[in-house]
Amino acid sequence: MSARAWVFGDDVDTDAIAPGAWMKFDIDRLSRHCLEALDPGFAGGVRPGDILVAGRNFGCGSSREQAAQALKRLGLAAVVARSFAGLFYRNAINLGLPALECAQAGRIPAGAEIEVDLEAAAVHIAGAESLRCAPIPPFLLELLRAGGLLNQLEQRLAAARERKPA
Amino acid sequence: MPQTLAQKLVARAAGRATVTPGEIVICRVDLAMFHDSSGPRRLKPMLERLGAKLWDPARIVLVTDHYVTGEDAESRAIVGLAREWAKAQNIRNFHDGVGICHIVLAENGYLRPGMFAVGADSHSPTGGAFGVYMFGIGATEMLGVVVTGEIWLRVPETMLIEWDGRFGDAVCAKDVMLYLCGRFGLDGGGYQAVEYAGSAVAALPMQERMTLANMTAELGGQTGLVAPDAVTRAYLAEAGVRESEIEITPWQTDAGAPLAAHHVFDATALAPQVAAPHSPANALPVGEFGDVAIDVAYVGACTGAKLEDLRMAARVLKGRHVARGVTLMVAPASRKDEAVARREGLLATLEDAGARLLPNACGLCAGYGERFAPEAKVISTTARNFRGRMGAASTEVFLASPYTVAASALIGRIADPRAVLQ
Repeated sequence: MSARAWVFGDDVDTDAIAPGAWMKFDIDRLSRHCLEALDPGFAGGVRPGDILVAGRNFGCGSSREQAAQALKRLGLAAVVARSFAGLFYRNAINLGLPALECAQAGRIPAGAEIEVDLEAAAVHIAGAESLRCAPIPPFLLELLRAGGLLNQLEQRLAAARERKPA
Repeated sequence: MPQTLAQKLVARAAGRATVTPGEIVICRVDLAMFHDSSGPRRLKPMLERLGAKLWDPARIVLVTDHYVTGEDAESRAIVGLAREWAKAQNIRNFHDGVGICHIVLAENGYLRPGMFAVGADSHSPTGGAFGVYMFGIGATEMLGVVVTGEIWLRVPETMLIEWDGRFGDAVCAKDVMLYLCGRFGLDGGGYQAVEYAGSAVAALPMQERMTLANMTAELGGQTGLVAPDAVTRAYLAEAGVRESEIEITPWQTDAGAPLAAHHVFDATALAPQVAAPHSPANALPVGEFGDVAIDVAYVGACTGAKLEDLRMAARVLKGRHVARGVTLMVAPASRKDEAVARREGLLATLEDAGARLLPNACGLCAGYGERFAPEAKVISTTARNFRGRMGAASTEVFLASPYTVAASALIGRIADPRAVLQ
């Protein structure tokens, strides 16, 4: 996947990603306010396939998975960060949004054309360097390939029903 | 092989004798808790798509607390859906509008040392105060738990934080956690287990220990543990837990267990802390804030409006009245705590001081309903002061203990409660 990088700083919290005042609405409406406090042009400007790049502790705060879901709904293909808040990381993978930990994420300039390779755990900056990332454990890569936990559970339950016809 | 409390709890849930930090294990879940916002409204459509049944309704606890004040049609619909779902799924452990989930879990005796539990709320580490491995997860991961009864976990390292000596007067658990957030940052816990110990922690009542465990979320830990002891046992007995169900001895960190970090602090040296906008990590001793006028003082949330917190605020405000122009709001964390506070005369003290009482719910802390005004300067006992969380982008929220919030309400500016209590 190759796309534009949207660059944010450290400690981006879930209140910024999925603002509380909009949490009672569906994901279409909520996602239009995603990160508006940090970049009012973000939600309207993201093109499908774009990639969010951040500093340390991305997604800190709440357990609301709408944070990961809103990013996905806007069409972001992945989040690359120096580090993630653990809860957000689990939510992202469970919702099928690739999250890649990259110690050198700070080297990615805003608006850069970048490519993310999940299997190789690398980020390639067009016309520049490639950055190594922490590899995603195989069982989580499998979860991502399934499209998230709901899909994976659906496939597993269907397989179990086939093995054991009612 | 010596093991930490966290390792022992995870090993038991994984059906193993011991576990090693870093390995991935599958754990059996003893208890799964969710609320109106994270629960039925998200789980119901996914369960229907899967055509799946709940693995064990008796191990599920549902609490309505985020949208119960029902200020609009959307909020009322979310709570209505939770009520209907609880009935349809035969959820017996349903607590409707009686307080904030983490407090309701504790006061009803659901949490017992040795358990492995998950909650669809980021402050779920609160359960760690009881020697329970408890942490927050999102709704889709909760779906996995309620369908399979299992969850994966990377066995955590343990960060041991000891507080020796005794906390000074008007210094409490909230000050400890704000200090630690300032010292180690919002990712200081590294999504590992944080264990609180030492003589000053041992002297804390259960609700204060819950505040330590609760704000482990802000410190970036996965869970925050306090090893159970006689204080735990007495609280649980009071909550109706049978003596035979309370194990203390097995749930302690062994001498020589592997620690990722070990910090020892002097409790006597800790001053009341205040975290400036817009991060709990902006914590400094209260004395370092110059002349900061406040408009609103808020005593609320799972982390800041339990009975112990109400006692602190009332002690400062007894026989006094908040400064002119200051609005004081108090949202007792549970109906049970509110009832005791009423019996103890705390509510009368607070109301006489000018407090407006709010329902037993997450209230303004969650930012899902009523919100603070733009430009307002607020001092609050809640857990997070991220920009825009509890109000507009221009709202400034300072975090502090109930003592400090009450003292500030009294003076009309950020104030040291020790000076007021002299």
